[in-house]
Amino acid sequence: MTRIVVVGAGQAGIGVAEALRTTGSSAEITVIGGEEHLPYERPPLSKEMLLGKATVDDLRLRSADWYRTHAVDLRLSTWVERIDRQGRTVVLADQAPLGYDHLVLATGSRPRRLPVPGADLDGVLNLATPSDSLELRHRLSRAGSVVVVGAGFIGLEVAAAATTMGLRPVVVELADRVLARVAGPVLSDHVAARHADRGVDLRLGTGVVELRGADGRVTHVVLSTGEVLPADLVVVGVGSVPSDGLAVDAGLDCADGVLVDPTLRTSDPAVSAIGDCARFPLGGQPTRLESVQNAADQARHVAARLSGDDSGAPYREVAWFWSTQSDLKLQMVGVPGAQDEEVVRGDPATGRFSVFRYSGGVLTCVESVNHAPGHLLGRRLLAAGRSPSREQAADPGFDLKAFAAAPAPVARAQQSAVTS
Amino acid sequence: MPMIAFVQPDGSRREVQAPVGTSVMKNAVLNDVPGIVAECGGSLMCATCHVYVDPADAHRVPPPDEDEDEMLEVAAAERRETSRLSCQLTVDDGLEGMTVHVPEGQA
Repeated sequence: MTRIVVVGAGQAGIGVAEALRTTGSSAEITVIGGEEHLPYERPPLSKEMLLGKATVDDLRLRSADWYRTHAVDLRLSTWVERIDRQGRTVVLADQAPLGYDHLVLATGSRPRRLPVPGADLDGVLNLATPSDSLELRHRLSRAGSVVVVGAGFIGLEVAAAATTMGLRPVVVELADRVLARVAGPVLSDHVAARHADRGVDLRLGTGVVELRGADGRVTHVVLSTGEVLPADLVVVGVGSVPSDGLAVDAGLDCADGVLVDPTLRTSDPAVSAIGDCARFPLGGQPTRLESVQNAADQARHVAARLSGDDSGAPYREVAWFWSTQSDLKLQMVGVPGAQDEEVVRGDPATGRFSVFRYSGGVLTCVESVNHAPGHLLGRRLLAAGRSPSREQAADPGFDLKAFAAAPAPVARAQQSAVTS
Repeated sequence: MPMIAFVQPDGSRREVQAPVGTSVMKNAVLNDVPGIVAECGGSLMCATCHVYVDPADAHRVPPPDEDEDEMLEVAAAERRETSRLSCQLTVDDGLEGMTVHVPEGQA
C-alpha cells in the first residue's frame, strides 16, 4: 500500500489527508503535528479567540473521531528530527522512523522576530498559536499602554481587538500606508481612517529602533523619529518566515521557502511542499502565500496528483485572503501588480464597496470592504479570466454576475495576460 | 440536544445531535456531512455552506439578514425560497427535528 507521510497538521496538512480520503484513496496516511491540540483553524486566533468568543476546541477542523474513522494516523506533539531522502524515511524525535512513498511538507510559517534590541523582553508578544492568543488576551485585559508593531493583517486585527477591549493602541508601521503588502492605496486609506475613528493612533512611515525595559519587562518603544512611547505590552506583527528548516537540512532546493514546480513537487519528486512553507511559480514569479485558501487548494491539488491524476496539471487557483477588524470585513482576491490602476465600485462613504485593480487594462485583483458579494464576483471573474472594462466595473448597474458567467471568446487571451 | 437531519442530493439522510448555540454548519463539518464546504469557517464570506431548509421547517428559522441575502444571490447552486447559509443558522430547541437539504455543489 502506498505510504503518504504529511509533516504539518495545519489547514494544509489536514487538507491533504481529507482530500485523499474524499477522492477514495486507500493510501496509508500519517500526519505529524508538533502542537498538542487537535488540528484547528488559525485565522480566529487573532479574531474570535482573542475576543474570548471561541476556544481552541471550537476551532477544530475535524472531530477527534474523524481521524479514526478515516484511517488517518494523526501524531500530535510529535517532532520530525530529519528527513532521510535516500532511505525515504522520516526520523522522529521519540518514535520509530516512518517510511514513505511520498512525503508532503506542510510545515507552515512562524512569526518574524523584531530585529531590534529588547525584542526578548517580557511583555513583547507574537501571535501564532492558541497559547499566544490566550496569553495576549490576558495581557490586553491588564495593559495600560499598548504598541502594535506592523500594520498588516495581524497587527490591525490585534489593534481592533484592543480597541474593543477599551484600549487606545499605537500602531507603528514602516511603510507609508497600512496593509501595504496586500492592498492598494484606496483600501489602505479607508482602513486607516476606520481604525483612527476607533481610537487607534497610527504612525506610518515609522520604524522601531529599540525596546526598553526595567527588571526584564518592556516599558518603552523607541521610534525611528526619536520619539519614545510608553508601552507595557508590545505586539509584533511584522510578517512570517517559512518553516523550511527540515527541507534545507534535507538538501531540497529552498529560497525563503521550499521551492516547488508548477505541480507543487520539490527538487525531489518524492517530496511535495504546500501552504505557507512553499514557494511556487505564480505568474512567472516564485511566490509564497500565507492563507487558508492557498493551503486548502494546494492540498487538494497534491492529493489529486497522489490519487493518480497524472495529467501534470499546474496549480493555478486564484488566490484570496480575508481579514476581520472590528466592523471591517476585508476580502481580497487576485495578486496585484505594483502599479495597478484602481476603479472603485460602490460608495466608500457607505462602508460597503469594492476596488477593482487593473494592470495594463486587465483585471488583476478585487478588494472588498464589507461587501462579500463583490468578493465572490471578483473570484468568478478572475477564475474565468474575464476582465470587465474599467467603465463596466465602476458602473453599479452593470451586471457583473452575468458578465462572469457568460461565455467569452477572448477569455484565454485575458487569462494568459494575467498570468504571464 | 436537538436533532438536525441533512439530506444529500441522492436522498441519503444523516441525523446529527446538535448542541444549542452552535451553528448548523459547524455541526455538519464536525459530523463529516458531505457537501458543506464552509471554507471561511463561518465568517459569512464564502457561501460554501449553502443549504435548502425543508419547506415544512422554513417557518422555524428567522429570515436571512441583508448580508446573508446578498451572499445567497451569488452562491454556486441555484437559490430557492428556503435557501440559507448554514453558518448563520443557530441551533436552538425550536429546531428539533429540522431537515435541511444539501445542494449539488458549493463552489
